[in-house]
Amino acid sequence: MRNALGRELPEYIAGYGEVRPFAGAFAHAGEINRKAVKVKGDWSSPNKVLDSLGGALEKCGLKDGMTVSFHHHLRNGDYVLNMVLEEIARHGIKDIKVAASSIFPIHQPLVKHMGNGVVTGLYAGYISGAVGEAVSRGVLKNPVVMQTHGGRARAIEAGELHIDVAFIAAPTCDEYGNMNGLEGPSACGVLTYPAADAYYADTVIAVTDNLVPYPACPIEITQEYVDYVVPVELIGDSAGIVSGTTRITNDPAGLKIAESAAQVIEASGLLKDGFSFQTGAGGTSLAVAAYVKEMMKEKKIQGSFAAGGITEYMVEMLEEGYFRTLFDGQCFDLKAVESLRRNKNHQRMSMSMYGNPSNKGAVVNKLDVMILGATEVDLDFNVNVTTNSNGLLMGGSGGHSDTAAGAKLAVVVTKLIRKRFPIVVDSATTVTTPGETVDVLVTERGIAVNPLRQDVLEKVKKAGLPVKTIEELKETAEKLTGVPEKVDFKDKVVAVIEYRDGTVIDVVRQL
Amino acid sequence: MKITKSCGAGRQEANDIFIWLEPNEKEEVAIKLESVVKLQFGKQIEKVIRETLAKLGVTSASVTAWDSGALDYAIRARVETAVRRAGEV
Repeated sequence: MRNALGRELPEYIAGYGEVRPFAGAFAHAGEINRKAVKVKGDWSSPNKVLDSLGGALEKCGLKDGMTVSFHHHLRNGDYVLNMVLEEIARHGIKDIKVAASSIFPIHQPLVKHMGNGVVTGLYAGYISGAVGEAVSRGVLKNPVVMQTHGGRARAIEAGELHIDVAFIAAPTCDEYGNMNGLEGPSACGVLTYPAADAYYADTVIAVTDNLVPYPACPIEITQEYVDYVVPVELIGDSAGIVSGTTRITNDPAGLKIAESAAQVIEASGLLKDGFSFQTGAGGTSLAVAAYVKEMMKEKKIQGSFAAGGITEYMVEMLEEGYFRTLFDGQCFDLKAVESLRRNKNHQRMSMSMYGNPSNKGAVVNKLDVMILGATEVDLDFNVNVTTNSNGLLMGGSGGHSDTAAGAKLAVVVTKLIRKRFPIVVDSATTVTTPGETVDVLVTERGIAVNPLRQDVLEKVKKAGLPVKTIEELKETAEKLTGVPEKVDFKDKVVAVIEYRDGTVIDVVRQL
Repeated sequence: MKITKSCGAGRQEANDIFIWLEPNEKEEVAIKLESVVKLQFGKQIEKVIRETLAKLGVTSASVTAWDSGALDYAIRARVETAVRRAGEV
């Protein structure tokens, strides 16, 4: 069958189930029933500390076929996922489903567990590194389910993704399970990814390398959700937890793209008091923020909030008064962690609060402008950030689809050609985010506005910006690169890409 | 004309190509290509290398190319530079 974007999908996928086809960005947003949670209260001990991970596995009765979950605030420095899976393998437990908020190169040992049947299923918002390559080559028994950040929270709340045991890496934790990410050798800032896991898993286990006396204030995940606490030597490598300082790009093409994007924002009329904004942590995205900052300074504008993954640059904009608030879903560097510690206007948000389409209102709905990246953009403005043009799994939505759907103006910034790959293509290798939620594409060789947004097109034209049709951009690219030959895939579905409402927007097939 | 001396040009950086020329015992141009865009543009890249060598009159060479997404004009320039460094033009 074909979904609303014309993507060919099987009606049933082994290891996934019936496919609910994507029917439009807002077709299924709204009502759900939140699942009931089993609670086995233990009144007998004032202390939830267990000796070891092995003891914890026995205590929670982990067995074949169960689902365990992890968060990725420790990013490419996370030791906990590997540590837990090693222990699961040692216990001879098989057929485990891993529900991780994201997978990084450090999780390479997962490939071994996938190969020998310890792990047979995987859920993730984003996958980079060896695990993505192994999945693309068909190593995992069941297809990976790729979710958006908001979609993951929704699926957990609705009971579509049931977590038997949540393992929460806790940079600081007390003996009764109160956690925060602010202190300790593996401090990572907010603990927002595991919120739904903590509230809805059958069993919640905190894994910490900084056990402190009760209570571990300021508490982010609170004791009434936590079953056990397991102290270990180290939960992460601090060098991999926070990325190095992200700098504004000095690449002339990147700067040109950023300047054009800022001009589009200005032309849109959204740049006024109360302006809200999100951008990524990449060099070009940060450059957009820098240009926007100049405009805000000139026009004496104060924004209401900046959201997303928080970097030093965003902290500076908060402290210099360009925004009243930061909504923080993830701290990218230590400056962000410090700011979170001391500034009450640096506000945490869970992934449900951030982007869930089926709660009582997500932050993305209040977003004026979102700056997005892309691996490919097709002629309908559908965006791929999940696979590269070779079809290799190397990314995922994260908050991409959530913010595109919520923001008043979703702007994709990308070079038109990257390593000979034309970025604007007839049909994207994979679709992550539907074109109806993407408003403008900004490249170094021109700007294309989605024909669905005639209002924006008019304003951008009126501002004298270099507007082209997306077809023109495609031709410009192909004149330089040539027309790419089609890549062949095998039939096996290796990844199911769920839109934020849980419908299937696309699948990835084996290389 | 034959390539008689090993020689290279270019870089293994994004959007560039590194061309390495070596003598070939046979009277032919043999090309070994590694490229990030091999699936989409492998044939085109080989064609550009062959055409550029032919234009410069090279009839015998072993070419190894490590491509990181160079466009045709960059490939031509790197091939020509490598041939000139080999002292053949």
